Amino acid sequence: MIRDHFRVLRVDLASGRGELLELEGRNEVAGGSGLAALLFERFARLDRPWDDPEQPLIFAIGPLTGYFPLMSKTVCAFRSPYHDQYAESHAGGRSALALRFADLDALVLTGRAACPSCLLVGSRQLELRDAHYLWGSDVLTAGKALRRMFRGSGHRSILRIGPAGENRSAMACINADTYRHFGRLGGGAVMGAKNVKALCLVGDASFPLPEGRAYTQVFDEVHRQVTATEMMRKYHNLGTPANVAVLNGLRALPCRNLQQTSDPQVEGITGERFADAALLRNSACSGCPVGCIHVGFVREKFMADNRYLFRQVAYDFEPIFSIGSMLGVFDAFAVLGLLDAVERMGLDVMSAGVALAWATEATEKDLVAEAETAVGLRFGDAETYKAAVAHLARGTNDFYRLLASGTRNAAARYGGDDFACVLGQEMAGYASGEVFFVGQALGLRHSHLDVGGYTYEEKHPERDAGAAVAFYEADERERAVLTSMVACLFARGVYTATLLAECLRCVGYEALAQDLGALGREVQKRRWRARLATGYQPEAVTIPKRFAEVENWKGGIDPGFLSQLQAAYARRIRELGGQAPA
Amino acid sequence: MLTAPRMERCIGCHSCSLACARQVHRRLSWDTAGIRVASSGGLTSGFEAKTCLACNPAPCARACPTDAFSQRAGGGVVVRKKLCIRCGRCAQACPVDAVYLDPAGEPFVCLHCGRCVPFCPHDCLELAPIPERACLPGAGPEVLP
Repeated sequence: MIRDHFRVLRVDLASGRGELLELEGRNEVAGGSGLAALLFERFARLDRPWDDPEQPLIFAIGPLTGYFPLMSKTVCAFRSPYHDQYAESHAGGRSALALRFADLDALVLTGRAACPSCLLVGSRQLELRDAHYLWGSDVLTAGKALRRMFRGSGHRSILRIGPAGENRSAMACINADTYRHFGRLGGGAVMGAKNVKALCLVGDASFPLPEGRAYTQVFDEVHRQVTATEMMRKYHNLGTPANVAVLNGLRALPCRNLQQTSDPQVEGITGERFADAALLRNSACSGCPVGCIHVGFVREKFMADNRYLFRQVAYDFEPIFSIGSMLGVFDAFAVLGLLDAVERMGLDVMSAGVALAWATEATEKDLVAEAETAVGLRFGDAETYKAAVAHLARGTNDFYRLLASGTRNAAARYGGDDFACVLGQEMAGYASGEVFFVGQALGLRHSHLDVGGYTYEEKHPERDAGAAVAFYEADERERAVLTSMVACLFARGVYTATLLAECLRCVGYEALAQDLGALGREVQKRRWRARLATGYQPEAVTIPKRFAEVENWKGGIDPGFLSQLQAAYARRIRELGGQAPA
Repeated sequence: MLTAPRMERCIGCHSCSLACARQVHRRLSWDTAGIRVASSGGLTSGFEAKTCLACNPAPCARACPTDAFSQRAGGGVVVRKKLCIRCGRCAQACPVDAVYLDPAGEPFVCLHCGRCVPFCPHDCLELAPIPERACLPGAGPEVLP
């Protein structure tokens, strides 16, 4: 529904009752990232830790969600168990359109349910249901039960957690509709702390479209660009796994806990290999005709006489890097089998893979004993890693509980911080150089999606800290506009500022369309303000020594440039958040 | 008639439903459309299209007490919303759940116009001649009032 204010449902999980709020601020923050920051400022308790029942768990969509193709993602915001600070995590699937058709711009969960529960939200429904019998179930099993418990197949979104979230692991994700995730920074633990096993969003409302022909014309132009041109082909063809061979060729693919940046066995896990051998089909987020989700299969013999089981697992570049090359697993089917184990536990695959890569090297260096890992971790041994994944999610001993709180926390106890591949959180799969490392280490979400540092590095071999910081600022601001809409960032080449303004204008958001630059600055400021208010000290971030030892197609890392860039970006972050440099 | 002969290709993007709602009914909706897509037992099981199969005779038209739904030549129905009293009998009569009733009871069903077809990225849908069927027009079972 087009409206000049936000319609937000706040649900108090202690009572199961909701409060509908009409909030001002549409023209200042648009929605998505901007709205999430606005709601966090309103509802968060700065004086209390992340798992205090009053802390909000926020899901927000944008003004164009559902109205245009690829406006299909949801922003989830919370105080993170990973660093006890403000965090955003984004996911596709159906939740964005389900919130749109539930007639909400955002959903805010506060309080804690009295027992493990499921929350049902629709345009005419609100119900908190006892679901204690699902507590302890894995994501797959819970999904099957939830589909029976709630009506609306096809037009609902089911967000759920696995054992990792129930155990409040800082690496717990929120699974969104089987194949997508609010992956990073522990959103699953926040749901777990609230005793919410699942959230079912039912999109059962409909709205009149704007009068006149302008909307249809702009829609058709956007649709043409995303389907009839080559612009989006790379995402539905091999998909992001195409990066495996590219980065390996550039010697920028983290392998075996970043002890290498390429590997001769890489052919076993390239995008081409997955497509030829393991790709079953594509899938899509609702409202996106691109269909970038690649679904592969796991086929396992579980008994003699040719008794097999069969499961489907979605794959992308980041999972392939984190539990493939990073763990020395260079077989596509072994990667999918391990990915399936991670999915069931409700762990963030990137965090889990990178953490286990550190644990493996720490085992090799005799810093961690086999009694602590409970299994003998060895690079390349996928079956053992499957067992380790369950230990990590369930926190079966002190070692795994500490590791699940963050790799560097484990390294602080056991040693091996030099080779902890952590950039703010466990690294993303780009060993491209200083600009990427600092971008992720200091970035708001500690995500490879905060800024495109890896792409910048390919185009700008010069080591100019001032230029790189200017790039961080501008790129983050442009992305903040898109994540306030909330567009899939794969569409950033399509949704230029001009086209975005046309989209906003034709549905009636004239004021927003007039100055997207101002919107970007406002959202950037509010997000950093929220992060700094929860204790972030960008100048205190350290980058482990392993990153300074990386060698790739550009040669080695320049430690002087790395620290110069880090200091300059930390100062700029303070300024962006409205604070004087520390 | 609109057919969905290649649903095994469907990726669940809802582009067809959204196109129908947008172009035919001037709505933003998953539901108020002549074609709706649901997973057939979870996303791992693929998708099915809920749309009119162009019955002839059409049970929904026979069930309609005010002729808001009337038999379309060859199969399916012609809908005249002005005549509709929102009784919901059409949706009850449909054997394949192809008629959607919105919360006010307004029915939405496929008109076989084909405007959704070009929005499917995987060519799941097509307009095709209505096949000859064993049950001849007018020979179907009576629908009880």
